[in-house]
This record gives sequence, structure tokens and C-alpha cells, in this order.
Amino acid sequence: MIAFIIRRLLQAVLVMLVVALVSFSLFQFVGDPINNMVGQESTVEQRNALRERLGLNDPIPIQFARWVGNAVQGEFGISYRIGEPVGQLLMERLPATIELVALSAVFALLGGVPMGVYTGLKPRSWLSQVFLTVSLMGISLPTFLIGILMILIFGVWLGWLPTFGRNGVVELGPWSTSFLTVKGWASIVMPAFTLALFQLTLIMRLVRAEMLEVLRTDYIKFARARGLSKRAINFGHALKNTLVPVITIIGLQIGTLLAFSIITETVFQWPGMGLLIIQAIQFVDIPIMAAYLVLIAFFFVLINLTVDLIYYAVDPRLRVDRSSSAH
Amino acid sequence: MSTNAEPLSDRNRLSARIAARWHAFLDGDVFHSFKRSPTTIVALVVTVIFFIAALFAPWLAPHETSNVASLNLMDAFKPPVWQQGGDPNFLLGTDDQGRGVLSSIMFGLRISLLVGFASVLLAAVFGTVLGLISGYLGGRLDSFIMRIADIQLTFPAILIALLIDGIVGAALPADVAKNMKIYVLILAIAASLWVNFARTVRGSTMVERNKEYVQAARVIGVHPAMIMLRHVLVNVTGPVLVIATLSLAIAILTEATLSFLGVGVPVTNPSLGTLIRIGNDFLFSGEWWMSIFPGVALVILVLAVNLLGDWLRDALNPKLR
Amino acid sequence: MPESATRTPQSGEARRTGARGNARPVLEVNNLTVQFPTRRGTLTAVDDISFQIAEGEVLGVVGESGAGKSMTGTAVIGLLEPPGRIAGGEVLLEGRRIDNLPYEEMRKLRGDQIGMVFQDPLTSLNPLYTVGFHLTETMRTHMNLSEREARQRAIDLLAEVGIPAPKQRIDQYPHHFSGGMRQRVVLALALCANPRLIIADEPTTALDVSIQAQIINLFKRLCRDHGTSLMLITHDMGVIAETADRVAVMYAGRIVEVGPVREVVKNAKHPYTEGLMGSIPTIGGEHEDLVQISGTMPRLTEIPDGCAFNPRCPYVFERCRRERPDLIQVDRNYAACWLHDPAEAQGGAS
Repeated sequence: MIAFIIRRLLQAVLVMLVVALVSFSLFQFVGDPINNMVGQESTVEQRNALRERLGLNDPIPIQFARWVGNAVQGEFGISYRIGEPVGQLLMERLPATIELVALSAVFALLGGVPMGVYTGLKPRSWLSQVFLTVSLMGISLPTFLIGILMILIFGVWLGWLPTFGRNGVVELGPWSTSFLTVKGWASIVMPAFTLALFQLTLIMRLVRAEMLEVLRTDYIKFARARGLSKRAINFGHALKNTLVPVITIIGLQIGTLLAFSIITETVFQWPGMGLLIIQAIQFVDIPIMAAYLVLIAFFFVLINLTVDLIYYAVDPRLRVDRSSSAH
Repeated sequence: MSTNAEPLSDRNRLSARIAARWHAFLDGDVFHSFKRSPTTIVALVVTVIFFIAALFAPWLAPHETSNVASLNLMDAFKPPVWQQGGDPNFLLGTDDQGRGVLSSIMFGLRISLLVGFASVLLAAVFGTVLGLISGYLGGRLDSFIMRIADIQLTFPAILIALLIDGIVGAALPADVAKNMKIYVLILAIAASLWVNFARTVRGSTMVERNKEYVQAARVIGVHPAMIMLRHVLVNVTGPVLVIATLSLAIAILTEATLSFLGVGVPVTNPSLGTLIRIGNDFLFSGEWWMSIFPGVALVILVLAVNLLGDWLRDALNPKLR
Repeated sequence: MPESATRTPQSGEARRTGARGNARPVLEVNNLTVQFPTRRGTLTAVDDISFQIAEGEVLGVVGESGAGKSMTGTAVIGLLEPPGRIAGGEVLLEGRRIDNLPYEEMRKLRGDQIGMVFQDPLTSLNPLYTVGFHLTETMRTHMNLSEREARQRAIDLLAEVGIPAPKQRIDQYPHHFSGGMRQRVVLALALCANPRLIIADEPTTALDVSIQAQIINLFKRLCRDHGTSLMLITHDMGVIAETADRVAVMYAGRIVEVGPVREVVKNAKHPYTEGLMGSIPTIGGEHEDLVQISGTMPRLTEIPDGCAFNPRCPYVFERCRRERPDLIQVDRNYAACWLHDPAEAQGGAS
């Protein structure tokens, strides 16, 4: 068990280092790193002095090590466009994105899993047909279009919800949250739902496919032959076996939510990291791009690691017990 | 076997074989399930219509939208023809520059489909080749390739496309980057799609590699790779087609999203996503047709492709028959 | 239609032929027909078959792949998957009709009165649950037991089927067991609620040859001990010869011969059975060529008129091609062949 964890941790660190390398290359070699650090307003002498001081004439591996050291502390240089330290910019915007993604994940799971189970158990009922049609629409409608439509319907025509921005925020130390005020909730609901819809349909389809697959297996057939109750078969056996492989994928979908939040933030003018990166790409603001890469990779690696650990805990086949002896 | 009067020429034999194949197809389960599913037929018809509209846009479209000189600002902001103030010249209305929305959609479809097909083709070829190599050679190379694939799978298409776009944009000087934009876009989307192809082909290759005829070939002295290739390609055609269709839908959506965000195709050649973005600015002041119609076109296209892909997958799945 | 292939009361042979005078058979299948509607027409997988199994008896059901043996077993226990359905006939368990029961009623019988065991022990067990859970769950579904009582019974059962150290192994997962061990667990599961009949569908086919004998003997012994009848479905004649009391030979969805196992093997009365027995190689004995039956069993959509075997039968004559024969009694067997129709005997077969 411990060996497994350590192995996965090492893998994670390895991936992070690779990403750091890519990011570092971006930072150092594309454009002028001095620009990245001090902005564009300094004189030639200042730059040369800085070049010496920052050790930019040192061999590359040392620079890389230094860069990694800085990165770990959140030091990513200064944004081209905005002129402020990147690390700080990201931290300011992190809560907005995290909360959006978290709420969307909850929506997607609470909707997708039950719908998937239902359509798997009763594939021919009319409700299942409804769900399936909805899911088809869900994967055919691009997220931004859903967002636009929602703003149009709920914001403009019905006037129920605010059409953009993150209102009703409460500061809690370094974090700012939307969840403590009604206004905050009203603001976050539409973006969260928009973001969740695509994932919801994916999860639903996934759970359904897996469920149908499981219901065909021999052990379900044998369970029926043993006269187990419908509930025991559907929920005790089928559902449990469905959810185990689905957990990994659901974990990955949460990562996708992070990516798609970029779109949602753009449509709703939600002040998160997504908006930042889009502008960064448009203006070729390298420090932000490099930092974002590392941050995103970190999140993904973290999610993957968590999912692997959960999978390990849940599926007995992955555990090699000391007492096992197949003979 | 009875002897025929005259031997068939090669050509006749080939056309006879094709005719036989076609008849077998019409008789088979795949076509049968197609005929029985009205939604699929509709989906196919819609896709074909859109395809033709895109392909022949320069001839079919009522107006030339990219020729700036032909635009008249007096035509701007016209609503669709059935609303008050509409103009029969512009069935679906005009945008802020006087461009007809219907024509813009047709040209936009062109770009959307072009980028979509190109990226799927690139991804399919690249993924298939990599899958073949990986499956056949095995060993460390295989592990390496699959590791990359795994890591890449954890990053969603949007992100990969964004990243590649951003890096290339940063690495190249500004004017070069602008010209290359569409190629970069195709490359970026393809990069996010190849893994599914590679995995499937690799799986199939590995299955074939273990079969006895491969070892037999070695014994005879024939290079097993050639024989295996034919078998693998035959086995893999079905699943690859399914993946390609569903990937097309994803590719179209990804391109539209990237263009909407402003990091997709350049504005001079707007795709459906670009049109929606431009129209979005005017959405709340009442000129809804500029973004809603392109939106509807996009949704119908992707829906049709998804339906086709779904049907194809069910029709080719031996377990469900 | 011959009523029962078992009601030939012979005192000394009572056990072997499975007759207990007037004892009611555990299973009675009359004119069972199983059909599947397909695009190309209705496919008849099982065509008007009848047989019985007496208490404590082992009936072997043998035939090629596709002959309808598994389908029969599945139909008896009521697990036919739609669109397959029972299109005719009836199934009686201890005199009570079970083929037309509502789902819930039938569910209660499954496991409790009738058990079924499948071919592959690896996939028959849910990998996420321990072996003990499988057992206690099944027992508590059908019997009123506390968790502790069920667990104790499970341990006893595991010991009975020959699993060493049952107290430890009861909490292990299926993947900790080897193939043979798993099939023992499966047998324990089938027996745990003391059913009257167990249907075993190719129980040893997926196992190593060296273990097959062990397992099949275990099946036989435990069924005897618990007084459970056994319907043993297999394509392996060797297993049948060793284990069964009586055997039914199936061909193209029909039963072509039924009788005590020794009789069917040594004195086959149906040409197909004759061919089957002749095709088993024997060590020692005379050196004869292996008998080969030319042709193959017809696809279920292309069954010929009359006797299904007529295209391949070396003794075929004109009536065989017109009329389908019923099971006709010949000595101690029943064979569906016009050769044995007393009327034909005068006319002289070809």
C-alpha cells in the first residue's frame, strides 16, 4: 500500500518537473526574460545590471533550479500587460475559479450519476428517452452558447439573475467567497450550471454505458440465478461495479471542468483565472502563460493522484494482500 | 466447380467484387438499422445539405461577404425578412457591417467544416500510425508513447489547443503567426484528438500480433508486418470510423469555442464561432439574429454529426445486434 | 407423445433409471418450445422437447454447440432474455407449473428450489465482494438466518466443498482463488439454500482437464448427499458417461434419444447418437477408424423437414424426409427415429 502511494507521488513529481521544464523554456527563451521580470519600462543599464544580478549568465540547469525554487514560492515574475506580479494576480483570482468549478462539479455529479443509473436500469422508459435526448443536446451545444442563451433567458428576458460579474462576495482572509450571500448565490448559479451541463451529460452517458455493460455480466446472471432481490442485484451488485471504473473518469472530468471554466468565465465576465489566461494568450503575456501552465498541471496531477488513491481503496483486485495465495 | 466459358478480366472481376460488396452491405445489418432509424436518416440528410452549402458557398451564397468593397453600411442591422424592417435580399438579416447573415453562415460553415475535417484527418492518420507502431513494436517505445497519451488524455482538448496556440503565438513573430494561425489551429485540435485513434489501433494491432498467422509468416520467411497490416486495418476500420465521426463533432465544437474566445481563426475568415462572438456584442441591444442564427446552425450541424456517430457505433457493435 | 422416459419400473434398477415407483418427478418438461424472433424470421432454438428428472437423479443433456442444451436450462430456470421466449409447452417443478409465474414468484424459487451453475467460475463471482458475502447474501435472501448463523453455515459449506482453511478464506475475494476452487465456491452457492434441482451448464469446460474429474465428482457426491437432482449440460460425453444416471441427446433443438447412460453409450438407438459414440477415441480395443458423421448440424434457421438429422443419416429413407419422428421406446431407451417404428420394421429399413 505504502509502496503504491510513494510510486504515484514520485510519478506526480516527475510530471510536474517536466511541466516546469516546458514552462521554464517558455519563460526564458521565448521573448526576453528580462522583460518578463521587470516589465518594459526599464533602461538598458538597469537591464544589464539585472541580468548580472539575476544570474542570467549562469548555466541553464542552475537557472532552471532557481526558477523552480521561485515557482514553488509562487514567484513567477511580472505580467507584461498588467505590470503586477503574476503570483499575486493568480491568487486574487483563484477563489472565483475554484468555487465555480466546485459548484459545477456538484451539479454535474448530482445530476449525471442518478440520471445515468436510471437510464441504465430502465432503458426503455419514456423518462429515459427524455434524458437521452437532453444528453444529446448537452453534448451538441457548445458551452458558450448555453451561457449566452441562459443570460438571454434568465437575465434579460426574465430578469431573475444578474447577467454578468461576480457579485455578493465576502472576504475571508486570503479567500473571497460567493456562498455567504443571496446575491453571491444568484451570481454563481448560472455560470455553474452552464459549466456543469456538458459534464453532466458526459457523466450520464458514461454511467449508463457502464451500467448496461455490467448488467450483461456473468456475475449478474448468476446473481439472478440465485434468486437475489431486484434491489440487491441492481444496487448492491450492478451499481457498485458500475461506479468503480466510473470514479476515475469522473475525477478526470473535474479536471475538464477546470479547463472549460475558461469559456464560462469569458461569457459571464466571471473574474477568475480563465479570463486572465485568455487575455494573456491574446497579448502574448508570457509570464502569465507560464505560470498558468504550472498551476493547471499541478491541479491535474493532484486530481489524478486523488483518483488513483480512491480507486485503489475501492477495488480489491488492486490490493495484493500478504495472505493471498491462489492455489 | 463448373468451368466458365471465358475467364473474367481483372477489371470485370474487380467491379463484380465491388457490386457484390455493395449488395452485401445493402443486405446487411448496418444498412438495415439505418433504414429503420428516421432520426439517423434526417441526420445524414442534414449533414449532406450543410456539406454542400459549405462546399459550394462561393457559388450558392446570395452575397459575397468577404469583399469589403461590396458592403453597404446602409444595409447594416437589418432584421430577418419576416420581421418589420426586413429586406428580402437578406433573408436572415444583416450584421453591423451590412453583411448578410445567411451568407456569412454559409462561409462560416466552410471554415468550420474545413478546420473540423482537417484536424480529424490529421489526428486519425497520426494516431493510426502511432498506434500501429506502438502495438507492433511493443516494449519501451510502446510504454513511452502510451504514457504520453495517458498524460495528454488528462488535459482536455480546449486546454491543449489553447496551449499550443499560445506557445506558437509566443514563439513566432507576430505577422508570421497571423498567417499560420489556421494551420496552428488545425494542428492544435488534432493534437487533442489523436489519442483515441492511437489507442484503438494499438489494441487491435496487439491482438493481431499475437495470432498464429503472424508466427506462421515468420516461419515461411514473409515479413509479418505486411500481412498483419491488412488484417489490422480491416478490423479497425469500423471503430476508427466511429471515433472519427464523434471526433468531428468535438473538433467543430472546439474550433467554435476557440474562435468565440478570440484565439481561433483570424477575423478575416470568420467561422461560426467567430460570428457568434461578433454577434454577441449586439445580443442585448436587441439585434439577436446576428448570433442566434449562426448558433442554431452550429448546433444543428454538431447534433447531426453526433447522431450519425451514435448510430454508427451502435450499428457496428456486434454485441448489440 | 411418450409421457415419461423414466416410468419403467424395474425394481433392481430403480435407482439407475431414476424411478421410484409412482414418486413424482422433481422436474417435468412437456413439449417445451423456445423461440427468438429475428429479422430473418422466427428462430426455434428448442423444438417441442419433453423429459423428466426424478428425485436425486443426474440427467445428462448432451449435444453439439447450438443444439439447444443451454437454452433448455435457461428456460427451465426462467432466465430467458427477451426477445427469447417460451413459445409453448410447460415446465413443472414438483408438480407445480413454473414457466408462467410472475417475476417475483419465480425469483423466490430461484436459488431456493432450483439452482443454476454456469461455465466460467471466474466471471460468475462479483470481484468486489468476498466469497463469504456471496454466500451469506444468498442464504439470507431465502432463509431466515442471522448474520452470524449464515456465516457459520457458509464456513461449513466451504469445508464441505473442499476449500481448505474455510475460516480464513471466507473473507477473501474471488481473485484469490484458483479456477477449480472458484467452481467449488460456485457449487457451494448453488447448494446453500438446499434446492431440489441444480442445472449445471458446462461446469467443467473452462477448467483444466486435471481438475475436471475432481469437480464433477464433487458435484455428483454433494448432490447425492443433499438429495438434489442434477441436470448436467455438456458437450463432453466422457463426463456424462462417468457421472450421469440417464442421458438425453439433443440435436438441432430436439431430443433425439433418452435413456440410461450405459444403454445409450453402448447400444445407441439413434443414428446420430451412434455416430457420436463412435467418434470417441478409445485406448486399446480394436483398431477401427474413428466414425465421422458427414456434414454439420443445420443452422436453426435452416432445419430440414421431417427428421432434422435426415441429410446426414446413413440409414435415411423416404419417411424421414417427410415426417418428424416422436420419441419411440426401444428396449430401455427412447429414440426419435423411424427405424424403430414397429410399422416400419415390417416394411424393412433400407
